Amino acid sequence: MESGGHSMNRVTITAHDVAKDFNRRQIFRDISFSLSLPSSLAITGKNGAGKSTLSKILAGLIGSTRGSITYTLNDKQVGIEKFKHSIGFVSPYLNLYDEFTALENLQLLSRIRATTQQNEGRMKDLLSLVNLWQRRDDLVGTFSSGMKQRLKYAFALLHNPNVLILDEPTSSLDEEGIEFVQRIVRQQKEEGVLIVATNDKEEAGWCAKEIHVGMPER
Amino acid sequence: MNFIVSTWAIVVKDVRSELRTRYALNALLMFVVTSVATILFALRDDELSPEILSGMFWVVIFFTAMSGLSRIFVSEEERGTTLTLQLVASPSVVYFGKLLFNSGLTLILSSAVTVLYVVVFPAFVIKSPLIFGFTVFLGSLGFASAATIIAAVIAKANTKGTLYPVLSFPILIPLLMTVMKSTARALDGELFTAALGEFQILVSYLLVMTAGSYLLFDYVWKE
Repeated sequence: MESGGHSMNRVTITAHDVAKDFNRRQIFRDISFSLSLPSSLAITGKNGAGKSTLSKILAGLIGSTRGSITYTLNDKQVGIEKFKHSIGFVSPYLNLYDEFTALENLQLLSRIRATTQQNEGRMKDLLSLVNLWQRRDDLVGTFSSGMKQRLKYAFALLHNPNVLILDEPTSSLDEEGIEFVQRIVRQQKEEGVLIVATNDKEEAGWCAKEIHVGMPER
Repeated sequence: MNFIVSTWAIVVKDVRSELRTRYALNALLMFVVTSVATILFALRDDELSPEILSGMFWVVIFFTAMSGLSRIFVSEEERGTTLTLQLVASPSVVYFGKLLFNSGLTLILSSAVTVLYVVVFPAFVIKSPLIFGFTVFLGSLGFASAATIIAAVIAKANTKGTLYPVLSFPILIPLLMTVMKSTARALDGELFTAALGEFQILVSYLLVMTAGSYLLFDYVWKE
């Protein structure tokens, strides 16, 4: 089963000399690239080099210290709040609500997002894709870390995002889980923008372009 | 339209989450019962003036609110769901959703404290129900408005528990002084027009606090 077709928006993400400091420590600097649909980019680097930080900056979750990110939707430059509805994000730092069931999580978050694509059929398709349909009425708090990771994929794909950002995409997943991630990645590369932040060479190899982040060794 | 739908969806999520986890409600109600019981044991034989009763009434509401209202953001931060919420909603949607939830919670809390006071303190007789009703309503909304933005600030701090009342107290002083005065008027049985000045302060406080919080929230919400 495929994750579903994308809405036909033309999107571009452009990073202009992006730099990030934490306190006085510079994490990375001078990151520049442009991604249009369809394309894929791997963000690689050592532990602590700023892969997750750059992913969050691209998703508009945190700001950069210097430089900027511009987003265009159908050739019109838009702010991150408007563009956010075109982004799907999977990350170890992002959690869903333990006190709700898998299906309730998707329903509630879809209502908060208030997009037009929130039908039950899509939720069923996605929960089946990640092999959680049978467990849809179980509380997420009872899920294993691998099952939670699968549910994050269902959440990330729920609104048919044009841009999919995956931070450590196969973390906690078993072989079957890695297979469905590869299927999602293949489809996203062909139809949308895929950004993968990883240490793993094989995962980096899924993408056509690679950018290495981090400061040079002193 | 989407703004209202999203904001309401946040309120619904928080209400359902609260009903399942009882994250704040149990703590608030237990605090109300224990603090009112302590005051009752200490002052049961004393003749209390309306000013003292009014002060004790708002002291209970202040400390109870401080023990529970911060959960609205602290729980999101502790469970790692802040990023999820940032992804699906704009900062203004999150702020107004949380503000509505905290306002509802504070109104429930104020009503519970009122009922308890009327039942356990014979001297707590509301002689001007209109003044009392307006004071509790506007005071609760003002409380919720200040508590919501401070909760958003302290959720990002390491010392969440102690920082909340410390930061809140100076911001809430004008509100506390006004509601205490107005509640004393209600217990004294004064005319509604006598409390109009206090109501103007309460409405102004609510508007200034809500507008200021709305403008600030964007910076507080994103790291």
